[in-house]
Amino acid sequence: MTVDRLLDLAATINPGFYLIIAALPAAVARDAFTRAVALIGGPVLGLLAMLYPPVSGADVSRQLFLGFELSLYRSDSLSLIFGLGFVLAAVLGGIYSMHRRDRLQDAAGLVYAGAALGAIFAGDLITLVLFAELATLASALVVFAARTGPAYRAGLRFLTIQIIAGLLLTAGAALYGVEKGTFLIAELGGLWNGLIVGIIDPTSAGGMLILAGVGIKAAFPLVHNWLTDAYPNTTETGAVVLSPYTTTMAVYLLARFFAGYDPLIWIGAAMTIYPVFFAVMENDLRKVLAYSTNNQIGFMVCAVGIGSTLSINGAAAHAVAHIVFKGLLFMAMGAIQLRLGTTKASELGGLHRTMPWTALACLVGAASISALPFFAGYTSKTMIMTAAESGPGMFVVWLMLLFASAGVLEHSGIKIPFMAFFSHDSGKRPEEAPYNMLLAMGLSAGLCLIIGLYPGWFYQLLPFRDQAQEFLVQDLFSLSHILQQLQLLTFAVLAFMVLWWFGLYPPEKPGVILDVEWIWRKGAPMLGRALSKPARAGGRFVSVLTSSAIGGIQKASRQVFAADGLVSRKLPLSATAILALCILGVVMLFSMFR
Amino acid sequence: MIAFETLHAAPPALTAHAPLLMVVAPLIAACAAALAPSARVSWMISVTGSVFAAWMALAVAGEVARRGVVDYVIGGFAPPLGIALHIDGLGVMVALLVSSAGVMASLYSGHSLTTEVGAEKHTLVQSGFLLCQTGLLGLVATGDAFNAFVFLEVSSIGTYALVAIGEKRDRRALPAAFNYLIMGTIGATFYVIGIGFLYAATGTLNMADMAARLATLDDSSVVQAGFAFVVVGLGIKAAMFPLHGWLPGAYSYAPSLISIFLAATATKTSIYLMARFVFDVFPYGAAFGQAFVTWVLAPLAATGAIVCSLQAVFEKEIRRILAFSSVAQVGFILLGLSLATVGGASAGLFYLGAHALIKITLFMALGGVALSLGARRLGEFAGVAREAPWSATAFAIGAASLAGVPLTLGFLAKWRLIEAALQAGAIWVVVVLAIASLLTFLYVGRMLEAIFFRAAPAGAPRAREAPVGVLAPLWVLAGLNIWFGLDASLPEQLANSAARALLGAAP
Repeated sequence: MTVDRLLDLAATINPGFYLIIAALPAAVARDAFTRAVALIGGPVLGLLAMLYPPVSGADVSRQLFLGFELSLYRSDSLSLIFGLGFVLAAVLGGIYSMHRRDRLQDAAGLVYAGAALGAIFAGDLITLVLFAELATLASALVVFAARTGPAYRAGLRFLTIQIIAGLLLTAGAALYGVEKGTFLIAELGGLWNGLIVGIIDPTSAGGMLILAGVGIKAAFPLVHNWLTDAYPNTTETGAVVLSPYTTTMAVYLLARFFAGYDPLIWIGAAMTIYPVFFAVMENDLRKVLAYSTNNQIGFMVCAVGIGSTLSINGAAAHAVAHIVFKGLLFMAMGAIQLRLGTTKASELGGLHRTMPWTALACLVGAASISALPFFAGYTSKTMIMTAAESGPGMFVVWLMLLFASAGVLEHSGIKIPFMAFFSHDSGKRPEEAPYNMLLAMGLSAGLCLIIGLYPGWFYQLLPFRDQAQEFLVQDLFSLSHILQQLQLLTFAVLAFMVLWWFGLYPPEKPGVILDVEWIWRKGAPMLGRALSKPARAGGRFVSVLTSSAIGGIQKASRQVFAADGLVSRKLPLSATAILALCILGVVMLFSMFR
Repeated sequence: MIAFETLHAAPPALTAHAPLLMVVAPLIAACAAALAPSARVSWMISVTGSVFAAWMALAVAGEVARRGVVDYVIGGFAPPLGIALHIDGLGVMVALLVSSAGVMASLYSGHSLTTEVGAEKHTLVQSGFLLCQTGLLGLVATGDAFNAFVFLEVSSIGTYALVAIGEKRDRRALPAAFNYLIMGTIGATFYVIGIGFLYAATGTLNMADMAARLATLDDSSVVQAGFAFVVVGLGIKAAMFPLHGWLPGAYSYAPSLISIFLAATATKTSIYLMARFVFDVFPYGAAFGQAFVTWVLAPLAATGAIVCSLQAVFEKEIRRILAFSSVAQVGFILLGLSLATVGGASAGLFYLGAHALIKITLFMALGGVALSLGARRLGEFAGVAREAPWSATAFAIGAASLAGVPLTLGFLAKWRLIEAALQAGAIWVVVVLAIASLLTFLYVGRMLEAIFFRAAPAGAPRAREAPVGVLAPLWVLAGLNIWFGLDASLPEQLANSAARALLGAAP
C-alpha cells in the first residue's frame, strides 16, 4: 500500500527531474559503473515515470507558487511522443558516450535532456520558460565541454543567441500570461480534435515575442547559425548529445502554440530548401549534418503550419524519427571524429575497409533520412508530403518540399556515406569504433528499421491516434507513395553519379562557408573593437569614483562592526543587564504613559 | 501533500496521552541516558527518546488539525487549579520543529561527541541534551504560565552545562557559558517577576484563564508592569537585539551537537512564548501591547536585523558569523510578527521554521567538516570543498537558502515576509528586509568563497569528508531546503494554522 502511494507520488513528478537528478551522481562519479547507472538509469526512470501517468491530458501536479498557479507536469499524447523521443535519445546518447570519461559533458548532457523533457511536460508558461532556460545553460556547457578554442568561441556565440531567444520567450510568456490572466496551458486555449494545440494568438504582442523566441530555437532562416556553428565544434559525442533536443523542443512548442499558423508553412518550406545548397558545398561532414538538421526541422515546421491532424501527426512522427536517424548519422561521424580527429570530406574516403559496422550503420541512417520505403524516414515523412499534397493551393509548397527531399537524398543520403566510407581511398585505416559506440549505433539502426518495417506500433503513439491508424491502412504503403519515393531516389543517385563522373560535383575543398554567420564571426568583433575605446575611458572614470567611495564606506563600517569594532567589542555582562533594564524602563513608560 | 486532518500517527491509546508523552519521553530518556553503561548505549537511548517524542508530536499534530486545540489535564485536576497542557496550531508547529530538530541532532551526535567531548562525559551530555529537549517541548505544550517558567529553566540549565562542556576544544566556552548563565537567569527572573505581578492581578496561572481575566484589567498598572517584565525577560531568552550578548559565544564554543540543536530551537521557543503572551494572553488591542509592538519590538528587530548582519559581514570566525546571522534572523521573525496581521504572523512563523531548518543544516555541515579539521576561522576552511565535497555542497545549499536564492526555502520565506509587509502597508519593513538580505548575500558569499574557491594553503591540515552517520541527516535537511523551496505546502499549512491560532480573534 505504501509502495503504491510512493509510486503514485513518483509518477506525479515531471519526468525531466529524474534526468536532472541523475546528473548529480554523473557529475561526481569516479568509477565507470556509477557513470553507467546515472547515464542510463536517469532516462530509464524518466521513461517509467512518463509511461505511468495517473491521468493523461490533465495537469498532474498543480502548485501554487508565489501566487501563480503552476502545473509542473502535464501529459497528453502530443507531449508523450516527443518525450519518448527525448528519453530514447538520452539513453542512446548515454551508451554512445560511455567510453569518454568526461564528467562535465555527462552531467551537462543529462541536465540538458532533463530540462528539455521537463519543458515538454510543463503545464504552464512559467515552468516552461524555467526549463527552457535551464536547457540553454546546460547545452552551452555541452559545447564548452570540447575545451578547444573554436569550441569556446562557438559556445559563446551559441550562448548569446540562445539567451536572446530565452529572453524573447520569457518576455513573451510574461506578457501573454498577464494579458490572458492565466499561465496554464490547459486554460489558454480549448481542445481541438481532443488535443490542446495552436493555443497562442501569434498576432498579439506576447504571442509575437514567443514566436520569435521559439523561432530562434527552431533555427528559422537567418537565425539558424547557432546550429551550424555549434554542432560541428563539439566533441565527438557532443553533437549526438546536442542534436536531439533544442530544435525538436522548438517544434513541439510550435505545434502546441502555433499549429495552423499559415506563415509557418512558408517559413518551413524555405527552411527545407536553402540549407541544401550549403550542405552540398560544405566540406565538414558534421556541418553537412547540421545543415541537414536545419532542413529536416523545416519539414516539421511546414507540417505544423499546415495544421491538419495528418500534418501534426507527421510533424511529431518526423521529430521522433529524426531524433533517431539524425542521431545515428551523427554517431557514425562521431566515430570517425574519434578515430581520425576530423570529419572533413577532403581527408576521408575508403573507410569501410576497417570500419565496416560503422559504415553499415551510416548506410541505414542515410536510407532512413532519404525516406527510403521500409526505413524510419519514410514512415514519418510520407505523412507530411501527403498533407502538403492534399491542401488546396499547396502545389508550390509541395514542389518545394519535393525539391528539398531530393536535396536531402543528395547531401545526407548519398554524400555523407559516400564521401566518408567509399569514394576515393584516403589511405587511412582507422580502427573500428569502440563497442559502446557500435552498440548505440546498432540500437539506433534497429530502431530505424523497426519504425520503418512495423509502423503500426509507432503510429499508435502519435498525437491523433485514430487518424494515424486510418493513414496507415489506406495511404502509407500505397503504390503512388512508394513509386514517388523510389523515383526520387533513382534520379538523385543518377544525378549524383553523372555529376561525379563528369567531375562537376562540388569538390571536397577545405574551407569554411560563411553564410549570415559572417555577422557573428566578423561583424560583432569589429563593432566591439570600435566601441571599446570610448567605453573603456568612461568605465575607468566611473570605477575610480565608485571604488574610492566604496573604500571609504568599507573602512568606516569595518571600524564599527568588525570583531574588535565599536559594536562587537565584548560588552561586560553588566552592560547587557543595564540594557535590559533600560528596555524594561522603556516598555514600562510606553505601557503606563502612552 | 500530507493532510494533517487524516494523520493518525499513533494508536488511539497513545494519542490520548500524546501531549504528555511528548514531554515525558525525553525526560525518562534523560534519566536512562545518565545511568547508561556506555557512550554507545546512551546515544541509542537519546535517539530513541527523541524519535519517540517526535512521533508523539506528530500524533498531537493530527489531533490538533482535527479538533483545533488539544487540552490535556494532568492528574485529573481541572485546569484553573491543576496543571494543563494546551496545544494549538502554533504549539504544534513549534513542537514539530523542536522534536524533529532533536531527532536530527541526536542522530548526528553519535559521531560528533567522540571527537568533541571526553568519553567519560558522553552519558551526561546526552542526558543534558535530552533534558534540554524536555524543557523546550514542555514549554511549548504547557498551558500554565508558571509551568512554562519551570520548563524554560529545565531547558536552560541543561544548556548552560552543555555549553560549558565545549571547553575541551576551546577554553572560551567557559566564560561563554557563564555569560549565558547570568543573562539567562536575569531573563528568567524578569519573566517570573512578571508572572508574579500577573498572578497578583488575576489570581490565576493558567494562560487561558489569565487571558480571560486580563481582558477586563486593561488599565491596571500592575498588569502593565507584569507585561513589561515578561516581554523583556523573554526578549533576553530570544536574543532580541540588543539583549543578544550571550548568543554568539554560546553558539560558537559549545560542542557542535549543542550548537545544532540550540540554533534550531532555543530562541525559537522563546519567540513562541513571547508571541503567545503579546498576542494571546494579553488582550491584543490593549493600548500598551500595541505600543510595545510598534515602538519597541519593531524598531529593535529592524536595528538588530541590520546591525547583526553587518557584524556577520565583518566577523572572521565562521561559527560566529552564523551566530550573528541568527540574531539578525530573529530580527526578521520579530519584524514579521510585529506587523500584527494574520499574514504577518504567518510569514514570521514561516520564517521561524525556515530559519530553524536553514541553521540546523549549516551548523551540521560545518560540524561534520570541523570534526576532522578542528578549524574555526574562515581562512582555515579554504578549499574544504575539495576534501569534503558532500558536506560542502550541503553547506552551500543551506547558505543559498539563508541568502534567499530562488527555489530554496529561504527565498519563499523572505518572499512571504515582504508580501505580508506590503499588504500591511509597512514599506519601511520592506526596505529593512531588502538591506538586510543584501548583507546576508555578502557574508554568505564570503563563506562560500572561502570554502569553494580559495585554495588551501600549503601545509594546512586536510579536512576529511564527514562520516555517513553525519551525511545522512545532513542531506535530508539540505534536501528539505530545496523540497520546501519547490513545494512549500507543508510548512505553509503549519504556519497558517499557527498564525490563525495566534491571531484568530485579533483584527
